[in-house]
Order: sequence, then structure tokens, then C-alpha cells
Amino acid sequence: MTTIAPDTASLAALEAGFEAAVAADERIEPRDWMPDAYRASLVRQIAQHAHSEIIGMQPEANWITRAPSLRRKAILMAKVQDEAGHGLYLYSAAETLGVGRDELLDKLHSGRQKYSSIFNYPTLTWADVGAIGWLVDGAAITNQVPLCRCSYGPYARAMVRVCKEESFHQRQGYELLLALSRGTDAQHAMAQDAVDRWWWPSLMMFGPPDDESAHSARSMAWKIKRHSNDELRQRFVDICVPQAESLGLTLPDPDLSWNERRGHWDFGPIDWDEFREVLKGNGPCNEQRIDQRRRAHEDGAWVRDAAAAYAAKHAEGNR
Amino acid sequence: MALGDDALVLSHRLGEWAGHAPVLEEEVALANIALDLLGQARVLLSLVGDEDELAYLREERSFRNCQLVEQPNGDFAHTIARQLYFSTYQELLYGQLAVGDGPLAPLAAKAVKEVAYHRDHAEQWTLRLGDGTQESHERIQRGLDALWRFTGELFEPVTGLDLDLTALHDDWITRIASVLTRATLTVPQGASRGAWTAGAGRQGLHTESFGRMLAEMQHLHRSHPGATW
Repeated sequence: MTTIAPDTASLAALEAGFEAAVAADERIEPRDWMPDAYRASLVRQIAQHAHSEIIGMQPEANWITRAPSLRRKAILMAKVQDEAGHGLYLYSAAETLGVGRDELLDKLHSGRQKYSSIFNYPTLTWADVGAIGWLVDGAAITNQVPLCRCSYGPYARAMVRVCKEESFHQRQGYELLLALSRGTDAQHAMAQDAVDRWWWPSLMMFGPPDDESAHSARSMAWKIKRHSNDELRQRFVDICVPQAESLGLTLPDPDLSWNERRGHWDFGPIDWDEFREVLKGNGPCNEQRIDQRRRAHEDGAWVRDAAAAYAAKHAEGNR
Repeated sequence: MALGDDALVLSHRLGEWAGHAPVLEEEVALANIALDLLGQARVLLSLVGDEDELAYLREERSFRNCQLVEQPNGDFAHTIARQLYFSTYQELLYGQLAVGDGPLAPLAAKAVKEVAYHRDHAEQWTLRLGDGTQESHERIQRGLDALWRFTGELFEPVTGLDLDLTALHDDWITRIASVLTRATLTVPQGASRGAWTAGAGRQGLHTESFGRMLAEMQHLHRSHPGATW
């Protein structure tokens, strides 16, 4: 970036223009002026989102070779492929803000940027694939649909495409669980066990409660976020309770009850200590996930070098 | 069934790459190829019987895939070498079947487009690796050499298929030689068939790693007899 530093007066004018555009629900585009903090906040959020897609391939890919029918195997492979594709769109969206994919991957590999805490939980049975589709993708959609109206154009457009595919995945996850729930006793038990293990971590996907969320207020003012963490979490619970019922499965929360006055489902307290531990790197799979990612990257270095060397040779040859 | 098994087994091997590829674009490409192959396998196996019964309840000795496709992935170069040999074969094979009036002609006509893309992908990587760095050159040559002894089997008669095997073999060699030359690589000189079992996959004789692959693939399905998924 080689822009000439604007003087104080013109900086104020730029800021005013930016604020007005955001207030009028106009989209901010890559070549528009934007505050440094807005840019940094978007880079952080989009990169974390992209990393989550990439790391999120692992818990599901864990079951590709063991999928119990060819139809399910095809669905799962297609899903994992979509996630790699989502990672690609999102890195491209981040690149419009002036950071490179390599730089972002480097930050992921060195632990300087995060990915969604949910992917630090293990997939122990086939039903986990369904629970991830229904609950994890469901939570992701609840979070991401409002992002389709986010103030930054490239991110909003990426989200439109991502959300379409995600809601397809969510339906497939639901349908997988339904098949298990209506299957043999062993299959039903497998589905219930998976929902029991994934429910609370899915609620944690919405982030810390509003009074502890460091970035929330500013992101909402900038219309990067449209709703608070707690609002979205509540919306998600309200959607899931009837769905669990129609699945014939229960949610592992004794405090779950309909609140007539609020018109919402009340639910029990979230174990925020666990959430913080997982974020700190002490979840069940943090180390394994990053190790695998790093190893894939390091083992692939010679392949990327070869592609670069080939491209360089042939660029010279064409001159 | 042999062609269905080929596609099923190679698809499974490519599925093992998910989350381990050298670049994100290759995660997409390898999964895409695996999915195409799985689609072909499902159609082909369904012509014979129930796809899941055939995939999950047959033992090693009943599988008719060629030994090439069951070979472990190895490094990226090894996977690309396997893919180059096999996709080139598949493209020519489906090309022949598509122009015939056999029962597989409609499937072959559709699949030939998919496998042409697979072959192109493998070819592009063979060029990049062969003519990339010293290391990549050595790695891809090693992969090509190691897998060479499994290529002879591709040109053996397949039960139920009326193929011009001589033409298939000649076209295959010509194409492979042309790619390898452009990639500054050499066509392996050894026997294209091993001394004993190599080349017997069509008779249900497989290599050791195949049993382990099936154990993983079939475990869950077999643990719940009669269940639907």
C-alpha cells in the first residue's frame, strides 16, 4: 500500500464519507477508503473464517474412508470438497484487503490466528458426521446469513455462496441423523450420543456472552456484524428444539424450557471455562488439528516449489 | 464389475488425501476426481447388483480391480504417477466403449468427459513435477518406475468386455511416452508385469495393502448387519 498520508482535514472527510456509506447500508469495496481498524477487524474475521473451513475439513474427512454406504460417502466427499472451496473464496476475500493467503496460512500454522473452537472436538462415531451437519453447520448458518448483508462487499458476496452450500449440508446432516434415529437401536443410540457431545460446543460457536465479547460493539457499529452473539445463540436454540423433537432425539440440557413471556426457549448455563480452555489450545484435538495442517503444508512444500519452478521456466521460454 | 471395482478402489485411495493435500486447490481437485470415480463405481456396480452389498460385503478375493488402483498413495508424485497411468487408460478404454453398442456405451460416453479431465490434471502435474525442481523430477520418476510393473495388467482381457487390447495398449504407450518426454522424464524400462501376483487383480489376487484398505472401508457397514444408512 503506497498511499500518501492524507492531512487531518481530508482524513476527517474520508472518515465521514465512510461512516455515511455504512449508515446508508452501502457496500464498502476494496478500492474504497476504510479506517485501518475496520480493515484489520475484517482481516481477522475473514481469515479466522477461512481457517475454520480448512481445519473443519479434518473432523469430517476422518470418516470418508469409513462411510457406511456409497451414497453417504459421496455426500461426505462432496461436502469436504465444498469446504476447501469455501476456504478458497474466503482467502480471496481476505486478499482484497491487502493480505496474502501465504501470510494468513503462516499465521494459522504458528497459532497467531485462530479457527472456530468447535473443530477441536473429535469425531468418534459415524453419527458425529450427522451432528456436525445439523448442529455445527446449523450454527454456522445462523451466524453467516446476516453476514450476507455485511458492510464489506467481497465478504458479503462470498457469504451468499457459502450459505447456499452450507444450508444444503445442514439438511444432509439432519437427514443422516434421521436415518440413524429411525434405524436400529444401536444406530439410534449412536445418534443420541453424538448430539449429546456436540450440543454444547455448538452453542459456544456463537462466541462469548455479549458482556464479554471484545469485538462485538465495534463490529456492529460498522455493520460487519448485524446481531449480537447472544441474540444469534438464542435464535439457534429456538430453531433446534423443535428439530430435535422431529428427529426423535433429545438435547442434553435439563434446563431447556419454553418461556411464554419471552417467546423463546430458556436454556442452561454454558461452561465458559471449557470454552476458554479450548480457545487457549487445551481442547481435545487442538494439537492434532494444527499438526496435521502444518504437516500437509510442509510435506507439500516441494510440490509448490516444483510448480513455481515450472511456471518460471515456461514464462522465460515464452518470452 | 472389474471397471466398477477399479473406480471404487481408486476413489477410496484419493479420498484418503482429504485434508492432506499440498495446496488448497488440490484438495478440491483430488476430491473432485474421487467423486467422479465414485459416481462411476456406483453406476457400474448397480448394473451388477446392490452397490453397497458389492462394495461392503465382498472379501478381498472377490474384488476384480486391477492392482494399480489399490496401490497406496505414497507421496504426491506417486499419486500423480498412478493417476496418469490409470486416467490415460480409462480415457482410451471408455473411448472404445462409447463408440460401441454394448450396454456400457451410454455410461462410457458420459464418463469419458470426466476421465479426460482427470488425465489432463495428471498430465499437467507430471509436466510440473518432471520439469520443476531436481527433487520433484526425482520423485515423479521414482513413482513412475515403482508403479510401472502394475501397468501390464491394464491390457489383459476383461470379462464381458469386447475390447481391442492391442490398440488400447499402443495408444496408451504412445500417449504416456509423449507426456513423459515433454516432462523430461523417461519411460520405465522394466517389465510391466511383476513376477508373480502383480497383474492378477482381475482374478481376485491382490497386494497386501488392499486387505487393510477394505478392513477400514467395510468395518462400520459390517458392524451393523442389515442396517440402512
